[in-house]
Amino acid sequence: MSDRYKSFERLSTPLVVKLALGFVVVFVLFALFGQLLSPHEFRATSLFDRLKPPIGFGGTWTYPLGTDGRGRDLLVRLALGAQITLIVAIVGTLVGAVLGSLLGIIAAAKRGPLEALIIGAVDVQASLPIIVVALFVLAVFNSSFTLFLLLVGLNGWEVYARLMRGAVLSAKEHGYVMAIRALGASSFRIYFRHIFPNVLNIVLVQFTINLPLTVLLETALSFLGLGVQPPLTSLGQIMSEGRDRLLTAWWLTLFPGLIIFFLALSISIIGDWVRDRLDPTLRSEK
Amino acid sequence: MTGFILSKLLRAFITLLLTVSLVFIFIRFSGDPAAAMAPPDAPQEVIDQYAEKLGLDKPLWVQYTNYLGQIFRGDFGHSVDSGRSSVSLFLDRLPATLYLGGFSLLIALTVGISLGTVAALNRGNFLDRGVMAFSVFAFAMPNFLFGLAVILIGALGFQTYLGGQGASISWVGVLPPALTLGLASTGSYARFSRSSLLETINKPFLLAAEARGISRTRRLIFHAMPNAAIPLVTLIGLSLGGLIAGSVVTEQVFAWPGVGQLLVRSVATRDIATVQFIVLAIAGTMVVANLLVDFLYLIIDPRIRVQ
Repeated sequence: MSDRYKSFERLSTPLVVKLALGFVVVFVLFALFGQLLSPHEFRATSLFDRLKPPIGFGGTWTYPLGTDGRGRDLLVRLALGAQITLIVAIVGTLVGAVLGSLLGIIAAAKRGPLEALIIGAVDVQASLPIIVVALFVLAVFNSSFTLFLLLVGLNGWEVYARLMRGAVLSAKEHGYVMAIRALGASSFRIYFRHIFPNVLNIVLVQFTINLPLTVLLETALSFLGLGVQPPLTSLGQIMSEGRDRLLTAWWLTLFPGLIIFFLALSISIIGDWVRDRLDPTLRSEK
Repeated sequence: MTGFILSKLLRAFITLLLTVSLVFIFIRFSGDPAAAMAPPDAPQEVIDQYAEKLGLDKPLWVQYTNYLGQIFRGDFGHSVDSGRSSVSLFLDRLPATLYLGGFSLLIALTVGISLGTVAALNRGNFLDRGVMAFSVFAFAMPNFLFGLAVILIGALGFQTYLGGQGASISWVGVLPPALTLGLASTGSYARFSRSSLLETINKPFLLAAEARGISRTRRLIFHAMPNAAIPLVTLIGLSLGGLIAGSVVTEQVFAWPGVGQLLVRSVATRDIATVQFIVLAIAGTMVVANLLVDFLYLIIDPRIRVQ
């Protein structure tokens, strides 16, 4: 009885999740249209307006969030940075999900040497943290935005591959798959039309775990100066530029830092909530 | 059981071989190393000479076996910047990283497991909620932001600069970066030990222990906790393996003179030999840590031996 009541209670969205959803909506709007809030251009420097503080700390409405060491408007730079961080996070997470799931399905479908090779690749990736792989590739190749997107996308592909392989292997034994096979469906149809929708939950759950990690990876690499390169900018890159002026111009690190933190926090809160509903086995745990 | 050990060893060896091969392929196809080493306006003959010296004129598979041979002998090349061997550069930096990583692991383990236990024992009330909220906070907090906040608090509140320890590594100096580095794993240890303990508490053998009249404290310490700790071993193994890699950002924020800082600097200066060795060393520690975890399970969890 109490369990049923509990699951009924779950149907209403908790306040924290509402707040998190609200923050993500505001963030996306800011990323898309934030540049319209400011008359300045993100590269425009102004030597007479260097390191202006934000409003409330002696700043003026010309630069609501202050300026950086070259007199560039922080508001417009944050909007562009948010946009780039958003693009990298979404594209990056999608790349990993698609690549990993495909490899996992192929491994389970084909078996044999191809499966062994994919498992080997998964093992290698599992023994090398993605930040190290990214640093290595950036040392060897010239950094470009496309390469950076791909690298961030590699984040977590091995988890998708491993999960999908296991799920597909067990799905293959189910009666419905044998039935469709007996009806003469092609392999492609069996795997993508029938098995894939049945194991899609796993990809979605992993996606919610992966997305905040991708945000943190992008910002960390850009913070190290190895991610998004100027003149383009991202939240991590703005932070790294402001780092040397931490004590004199705190707004340059605090604002992008807080946006990153609340973004990662909101996505993981929403992810936790989505996971609870998608995965019934987790419900008994809490 | 011998079969289990052998198969694990073989898999570890294959993983390392694949890693080395991938590193070779990436370096070899990234560009012409001879042209990169020769002066910018060097004529073709000079570049060819460099290529011959480096063995680049030989067929690819000969280069590959040579590379494997070098690595097997422990020759990982020399840094272009300082001319020193990449191994010695790495070993110079290793103690600082181990010191930092060890401290942060200690903090994460003690604080994380205590918080997780408190949460599990107070399931559903404000203590539990607080711990869970903390673990979500710790997960979402980027360590470069937390590190900068720690430095800022130190500077404004205590008038001391907590970053830039330079060569002097002290007991007090390690605390701020260790706290920063350990924050995320403290959260995950808390979360993990909480769910593991909750799962164990509901098992029938604990009900049986209660029926036998064993006290609550004794049940918790001698019956529930050892069983709940078994899955934690995997997490600890992962942290040990990720010790070097995890510290990259934190070392950069606090100017901590460890391997992570060396890695970032070598990437920026394209010191391939050093980067390559650090990558292989990280892969090696991860693989060895995973092996140790697998073997440790044989000892601490007799159920695996039976299978």
